[in-house]
Amino acid sequence: MSPAAGRSPARAATSAVAVEGIARRFGRRWALRGVSLDVAPGEVVALVGRNGSGKTTLLRLLATALRPTLGGGTVFGLDLVREADAVRERTGLLGHAPGLYQDLTAAENLRFALRMTGERADGAIIARVLEAVGLGSETATRVRGFSSGMQRRLALARLFLRPPRLLLLDEPFASFDADGIELVNGFIAERRAAGAAVIVATHDPEKAIGLIDRTVRLEHGRLGP
Amino acid sequence: MTTLRRELARAGAVAWKDLTTERRTKATFNSVVFLAALTLLLFGFALGPDAEALRGAAAGVLWLTVLFSGVLAFNQSYQLELEGGAFETLLLYPGDRRAIFVGKLAANLVFVLLVLLLIVPMAAILFNLPLLRPFPGLAGVFALGTFGFVTLGTFYAAMASRVRAREVLLPLLLFPMLVPLLVGAVAATRALLAGDVMGDAGSWMRLLGAYDLIFFVASLLAFEYIVED
Repeated sequence: MSPAAGRSPARAATSAVAVEGIARRFGRRWALRGVSLDVAPGEVVALVGRNGSGKTTLLRLLATALRPTLGGGTVFGLDLVREADAVRERTGLLGHAPGLYQDLTAAENLRFALRMTGERADGAIIARVLEAVGLGSETATRVRGFSSGMQRRLALARLFLRPPRLLLLDEPFASFDADGIELVNGFIAERRAAGAAVIVATHDPEKAIGLIDRTVRLEHGRLGP
Repeated sequence: MTTLRRELARAGAVAWKDLTTERRTKATFNSVVFLAALTLLLFGFALGPDAEALRGAAAGVLWLTVLFSGVLAFNQSYQLELEGGAFETLLLYPGDRRAIFVGKLAANLVFVLLVLLLIVPMAAILFNLPLLRPFPGLAGVFALGTFGFVTLGTFYAAMASRVRAREVLLPLLLFPMLVPLLVGAVAATRALLAGDVMGDAGSWMRLLGAYDLIFFVASLLAFEYIVED
């Protein structure tokens, strides 16, 4: 049986995210225990819960960084396991770790990201994106010298290069100053207006006030009240 | 852009990234060359001053030196990815994940060949080896042996990369698999250094070629599964 079986195909096709009974185990510990969730295109969902409640695991499952142990789901109608590569085409994850190369410059990190998505490494686009995240003057600076806030900005810039239809943000406000928070919120608003779905795992949903359509609580790997 | 060209471009990007980082830090290159030189010297001391004994053991010593020092490079190749969670980001780019393997393989190949360029002349001086006459054959043996070694090293380093004791695990996984390659490469190198009077270097090189082909295809097919979390 397909992992996504048991759900209405119509629902899977119209939802940006449709997961049913999704669970993930690490060794003996269940990080996520049968979560079902639907997110519509253009909807912004805040995922809240204590540390270890399964927020990051759920985002990583949706980004296809992990395979579900049980259950399954779709992103824009595409199966998370069987069509993982097509899901990756549509998904962008800003995780806890910036995922940058410390001995490459800011521009080189973005050039690498463009080349890995099969696109031409256009210097003008890279310069524009770096300017947009406030790193215009740091183009040729190696990432090793960046503060954690600057690294998060650069990781965000990587998402700007290829704006995703499903934006997954894990604690996006961490390490950011007021400008950085505004930058993240601006990106969320822009993606929502473009019809993308956004899931924000955060301890600070009030920082995205006015943008969040729905709040989902996770407790011990399950959906809370 | 066709799919193959796109994936080759992605592999090229991975190789460029790894080599650029190494060129800037030189952290791995310096330590690998130093370890290789030290290993050659220690083998020289252990074998004693007998010129015949040194020459007879040279092929084995040289290949063992390449193997021991190369392992350091493979570990470092993935260490770069683990820093700052870059490996997960790398795996989340859409496209065939085998491009990542090919890119890392290419970068490691360039790296180990550069190390060889330094340590082979060093071994020739220490062990008084006649390199010029058998050079074309030796170049072929080094190319085939290095390709097989780097293919398996890159593959097993990916497998060991998420394990805490990866520095220990990698040689434990890798070295037993390298026995046929080591036997073939040492035999071919020894035969060529001795003038290949029996003409058996060719058969050892064919063995190396077959080994390379089998393990390259197998690693390419299995890479997707070993990086899956």
